[in-house]
Amino acid sequence: MANSLDTHLANIRESRVWQSIFRSGPGGSNLHRALAIQQNVFLHLSAVKIRKKSLAFRVTWYLGTLSLGGLLILVVTGIPLMLYYHPSVPQAYADMKDLQSVVSAGVFLRNLHRWSAHAMVLLVFAHMFKVFYRGAYRPPREFNWVIGVILLIVTLLLSYTGYLLPWDQLAFWAITVGSNLLSSVPVLGPKVRFLMLGGNTVNANALLRFYVLHCAILPLAAATLVAIHFWRIRKDGGIYAGKGNAGKGQSQ
Amino acid sequence: MSEPKDFVAGVNSDSRKAPVRIAFVTRRSSPQVKVRDDGDTVMAFPEALFRGAVAIEVLALVLVTLSLAWNAPLEELADPLLTPNPAKAPWYFLGLQELLHYFPPVVAGVLIPGIVVMALIAIPYFRINIEAEGLWTRNRAQRLRIVTVVAALFTLFLLFFQVYVALVPTLFVAGLMLYSAREATAPGRFRRWLASKPLSFWIMSWFLLSSAVLTLVGTFFRGPGWSFVMPWSGQI
Repeated sequence: MANSLDTHLANIRESRVWQSIFRSGPGGSNLHRALAIQQNVFLHLSAVKIRKKSLAFRVTWYLGTLSLGGLLILVVTGIPLMLYYHPSVPQAYADMKDLQSVVSAGVFLRNLHRWSAHAMVLLVFAHMFKVFYRGAYRPPREFNWVIGVILLIVTLLLSYTGYLLPWDQLAFWAITVGSNLLSSVPVLGPKVRFLMLGGNTVNANALLRFYVLHCAILPLAAATLVAIHFWRIRKDGGIYAGKGNAGKGQSQ
Repeated sequence: MSEPKDFVAGVNSDSRKAPVRIAFVTRRSSPQVKVRDDGDTVMAFPEALFRGAVAIEVLALVLVTLSLAWNAPLEELADPLLTPNPAKAPWYFLGLQELLHYFPPVVAGVLIPGIVVMALIAIPYFRINIEAEGLWTRNRAQRLRIVTVVAALFTLFLLFFQVYVALVPTLFVAGLMLYSAREATAPGRFRRWLASKPLSFWIMSWFLLSSAVLTLVGTFFRGPGWSFVMPWSGQI
């Protein structure tokens, strides 16, 4: 059974259709393993070879990988949530109630999105401190650290804009407290706040703006920056795994 | 079979001359010297990809379990006329909201987060953060004076504004710094480890500890009117 399954899979991998999609082709040699990375638009952000040292758990605690995992779970749960959500007052709150009582597994979907969001903020913070304490921000990785700081801010903004969407008391007052802080910025503060909320108070316009930021603008920004962040790991010589391994920027 | 080549190897080509070799000698200790030592490498596919996938799967399992066990909060419909007491920002901003209790909004909400973001971005561009030399290895007496004076001034500042929540982690870190500076004939492992830490380590650790304490207090110990309550009092 297993044998025939393997044969079938091998046949599929050798078919013209498969080979037209995956440029690396079949085979188990190191060349094919290298091509599997290098010939794939997403995977080629990573280097073909990775230092064994940098894969050890104690080096990174896999916090960067886990942050990416959080982002993936949030995208996967966020898209079905969008199908059941109207960014309008008071329908948004009614949609939350529907998720609880009408939509199949709606409660679970919302729970997973919410807890994953909190987890991702924690993981991104932890990732930053871990990178700092092992000195992985040092040249030639300075700019990747800066991209990381921007990604931290984007993560916070993603979480913050999502916080308003349920349109319950918790959401409304959290955003009111937060956006009031903006007013204290001299000169520009009130203007930025007006732009962000679409008015002087948290209202239906603010909900719509936060929805667009949360579901379109910020995820696109995050995805772009994550791609650059990963690509820079390769360009800057791989994951920093300790002294004597600093590595110059690769030309790959 | 092949087309005629569009170039000709010249008789007077430079390749016949002996190549000139130039060696650049740099001091090994200068920060410009990068020793390239790849060590053992493995193929990213499947080794690294597989490990990453397992890590993400473990995260997914943990989060799914959490989601099955605890429901996300959902309160009453938003009512602009009914202000809850206390009204709290999301947890990651509660450290700032805690500071807002002591300082004017322009300081707590603008100046401090602005400085933090600027400082984070600037970290890799300062030599002091790159060298990673133990704080007390050079100019020990002078540095000890500076650290003591700065810590004392900062303590007075926090006392003046009654920011005890930030004072506790500040005193803790300052205490550890002074402890690591003391000269001992046979320092223990912990003290030697502390003594090997550069200034950037101390600043970051102080920042990490202070923000953790501020966030925890803001999240679990603040009730109506931002008064200090216990987490089990049911008032947060």
